[in-house]
Amino acid sequence: MATLKIKKGLNKGMFLARNVLDPDTIKREPTRNGYGEGSVEAGKRNKNIVMLCCDLTDSTRSVVFKQAFPDRYIQMGVSEQSMASIASGLALAGKIPFISSYASFSPGRNWEQLRTSAALQGANIKIAGAHAGVSVGPDGATHQMTEDIALMRVLPNMDLVVPCDSIETKKATIAIAQRNNPGYIRFAREKTPVFTTEKTPFKLGRAETYRFGEDVTIFGAGPILYEALIAADVLSQEYGIEVRVINLHTLKPLDVKTIVTAAKETGAIVTCEEAQVIGGLGGAVCETLAMTVPVPVERIGMQECFGTSGNSEIVFDAMGLTAPFIAMAVIRALNRKYGEKVPVIPEYITAAEEKFALLKKEINDEALSRTPKKWGGKKEDKTLKSRQ
Amino acid sequence: MLVEAGSGHSAGPLGMADIFTAMYFHVLVHDPKNPDWKDRDRLILSNGHIVPVQYAAMARAGYFPKKLLMSLRKFGSPLQGHPEYRSLPGIETTSGPLGSGSSQAIGMAYAALMDKAPWRVYCLMSDGELQAGQTWEAMLFAARNKLYNCTFIIDRNNIQIDGTTEEVMPLEPLQEKFEAFGLQVLRCAGNDIREFVQVVAHAQGISEKPTVIIADTIPGYGVDFMEYDFSWHGKIPASGAESKRAIQQIRSLGGKITSEHE
Repeated sequence: MATLKIKKGLNKGMFLARNVLDPDTIKREPTRNGYGEGSVEAGKRNKNIVMLCCDLTDSTRSVVFKQAFPDRYIQMGVSEQSMASIASGLALAGKIPFISSYASFSPGRNWEQLRTSAALQGANIKIAGAHAGVSVGPDGATHQMTEDIALMRVLPNMDLVVPCDSIETKKATIAIAQRNNPGYIRFAREKTPVFTTEKTPFKLGRAETYRFGEDVTIFGAGPILYEALIAADVLSQEYGIEVRVINLHTLKPLDVKTIVTAAKETGAIVTCEEAQVIGGLGGAVCETLAMTVPVPVERIGMQECFGTSGNSEIVFDAMGLTAPFIAMAVIRALNRKYGEKVPVIPEYITAAEEKFALLKKEINDEALSRTPKKWGGKKEDKTLKSRQ
Repeated sequence: MLVEAGSGHSAGPLGMADIFTAMYFHVLVHDPKNPDWKDRDRLILSNGHIVPVQYAAMARAGYFPKKLLMSLRKFGSPLQGHPEYRSLPGIETTSGPLGSGSSQAIGMAYAALMDKAPWRVYCLMSDGELQAGQTWEAMLFAARNKLYNCTFIIDRNNIQIDGTTEEVMPLEPLQEKFEAFGLQVLRCAGNDIREFVQVVAHAQGISEKPTVIIADTIPGYGVDFMEYDFSWHGKIPASGAESKRAIQQIRSLGGKITSEHE
């Protein structure tokens, strides 16, 4: 009698980077680079594609398109609301506009224009939200857009893609350009691991299983998916817990079948995203499962709070968005799956709050050590260089 | 139509009836039997709440049967309370939320210039919606890109829901504002068809910048108890004597002619 072989470990059919589990050697590149390359590729395939940008040509990487097709690049100045409506006018006249800005401003500032003139009207425009999530780091909470997924997910007739690295961003950009309805794609500022390859399958609307496992499933999207893979590897090595990791890059149209199957097969779910869990990927998965296969779900992401200034790696840690917190969420989900008693406030939230306070104290102390005593710091005044 | 619908706006559509007549029967290069003709002129209505008068003009021009007019604002009707793109052939954009029509008109005009297409864009706007900041973002863009194929026509009727524009949030000096933004400004009496048509012809002849036509209109024009009264902005006459009197006045040009005309 044949025995059912349980699959575990990385899915080789996904052709992930060879050194995927080695954070020290993996290549790092901002996801936004993929937008620049993808938009040029899409522009070559379709001459109707035009690029609009609100005075952020370089940092959104729309500069690459501008260099390739100067006649199809439209400078908007700081006018996000008008950009959304002008783009819909261009779309109604047969163009396929990509509109580029920071996610805080587009769709943050021009949501009504996107609702009425893109989604309701069905104008085929593509919204690119750069600097989404908290990785903008030092710029602070104003520029760390974490509500964009919720804002765009609620709009009927809108595609929504959250790619995990620069290569996937390029594929996603080309894919949404081919769709005949409006779409939103978000990407980040900082360099993050490039862990997929050109050969990694990508199809809009289809979630991909990057790692096999039967104990718990992690659904993630965006660069944080890499942290999920690291957490899964650690859990396997240290505790023998086999975690399935699924790249849920497309939040609309949502791959409901894969979510339901994973819930049935693993019985517990963890979601990961660099956005508000309310209305985000975590919200999408919970809504789906509540109506189909209600299983325990733990959600890693922004827990109804804003980000803060700081080096992006420190901000990730302080917000509980790194592998150790994801591992805690997996263990909690597993405990709930087996009916164990768990604390009311999730451990990963408590731990992140403690980490936040600790990091704040460390950084503050370090800054004080370099501040002169007469300003309230701890540095001897005589060491001021200008006095020597 | 409005009485049949049971809700809507009265003053704006009446004040703009002359301009819509001029647009659909003189100015626009269009084909009501072929509303998707690619080289048609585009008429963008930014202040979507006055759409009943556009529907009436379109029905007269032959876009759709007149019998549909009585379905305005009703469930399942292509004549939505505020116009919706694709719900009715000949409606170029979805509008209602104020301040975004000018940007959409500009997007179309820009595309026409990119494609070296012959068609023009006419954007009808209210004066109240000029209080929305997006309008001025749009004007900066229109002037920078010298969109001479785009004409903005402003229904300067001086009223909005809460009062006169100059009480609620003053717009004057309006002409100077547009001039400062780099647009050519023309002014005309909005209820004089001949003068309006002449001014549009003038705008078509200006090739170095976009044009704004400030059309001074009388809100509620043609109905004595509605004219100049802001309270008729967002309401309709009661069915019965009040609406009969309004229709009688419109059909007889305020009693100047004895026989009623449709």
